[in-house]
Amino acid sequence: MTIEMLSIIGAVVAVSFGAIGPAYSEGRAIAAAMDAIARQPESAGVLSRTLFVGLAMIETMAIYCLVIALLLLFANPFVGAQ
Amino acid sequence: MTLQSPLREEIFFQLGPVTVSQAVVTTWLVMAFLVVVSWAGMRRRALVPGAFQTVLEIVVETLDRQVSDVLKRDATAYLPLLGTLFIFIACANLTAVVPGLRPPTARLETNGALAVIVFFAVHFFGIRSRGLRGYLGHYAEPTIFLLPLNVLEEITRIFSLMIRLTGNIMSHEFVIAIVLFLAGLFVPVPFMILGILIGIIQAYIFTVLATVFIAAALAHDDLKSGGKA
Repeated sequence: MTIEMLSIIGAVVAVSFGAIGPAYSEGRAIAAAMDAIARQPESAGVLSRTLFVGLAMIETMAIYCLVIALLLLFANPFVGAQ
Repeated sequence: MTLQSPLREEIFFQLGPVTVSQAVVTTWLVMAFLVVVSWAGMRRRALVPGAFQTVLEIVVETLDRQVSDVLKRDATAYLPLLGTLFIFIACANLTAVVPGLRPPTARLETNGALAVIVFFAVHFFGIRSRGLRGYLGHYAEPTIFLLPLNVLEEITRIFSLMIRLTGNIMSHEFVIAIVLFLAGLFVPVPFMILGILIGIIQAYIFTVLATVFIAAALAHDDLKSGGKA
C-alpha cells in the first residue's frame, strides 16, 4: 500500500471513529439540559449558555479529528511537496 | 473532481512585496461594512431613537446583558472588545451567504489573529484586575503542583478556540461544496440556511468562551465594583 492510500484510510478512520464519542456525549449533555429546563424553565437562560459552552468543549474533540484528517489529505508531511 | 487544499492561500493581488489574499480583502469588506452601518446608525443620535438606531441599541444592550451575565459584574470595560469580537465574527461567518465571497473565518490565519487578541486581552485584564503578583500567583492555585497544567491550559485553550472556529466554518464550506457536486443546484440551499445558524452559534461560542477566560482571570473579590477594578 502506498502512503497516499494509507493516508486516505487514516483520514476516514479518524473522522468516523472520532465522531462517535463527541456525538454520544453531546447527546447526553443535551438530554440532561432538556431535563433540567423541563424541571426549571425559569433557569433556561443560564442552562443554555452553559450548555453551549460545554458543547463547544465536547465538539472540539471532533474538530481535532477533522483537522487530523485534513492534514492527512492535504498537508501530508510524508508525501513530498504537493 | 479535484478538491483544492483548504490550507492553500488564494492570492488576490500583489501590493509591492506583500501578497494580499482573498480572506484579507473579505475582512476589509466586513470592516468597512460595520463602520458604515455604525456611522450611518449613529449619525443623527436622538434620545427617542428612530428605527435604525433602535436596532443598533438592541444589539448593544443584548451583548451587554449577555457579557455581564457571564462576568457577573459590570461589563462596560469589557464590552468594546467582546462585542466587537461577536459582531465581527458573526458578519464574517455570514459572508458565506453572499455570492462570490468566502468567509475569512474559514481560514486559519484570521482566527489565529482573533485568538491572539483574546490571549493578550486575558492577561491584560487579569493583570489590571489582580496586579502582576496576584495574577501570576493564580497560576499556582489550588496547589503549586498544578502550575505546569495551568500554564499548558493557557495555550491549549487559545489554540482550540482558533481550531474550533476554523474547523466549523471550513468544514461547512466543504459540506456545501460536496453536496453541490453530488446533487446539483437547489439541494444545498437547506445546508446554507443551516450555515447561517452555525455561523451565529460559532460567533456566540467564541465570544462566550473569550468572556469565560477573561472572567477566570479576574479577581473574585471585586464583584459589582463597576468593572474598573
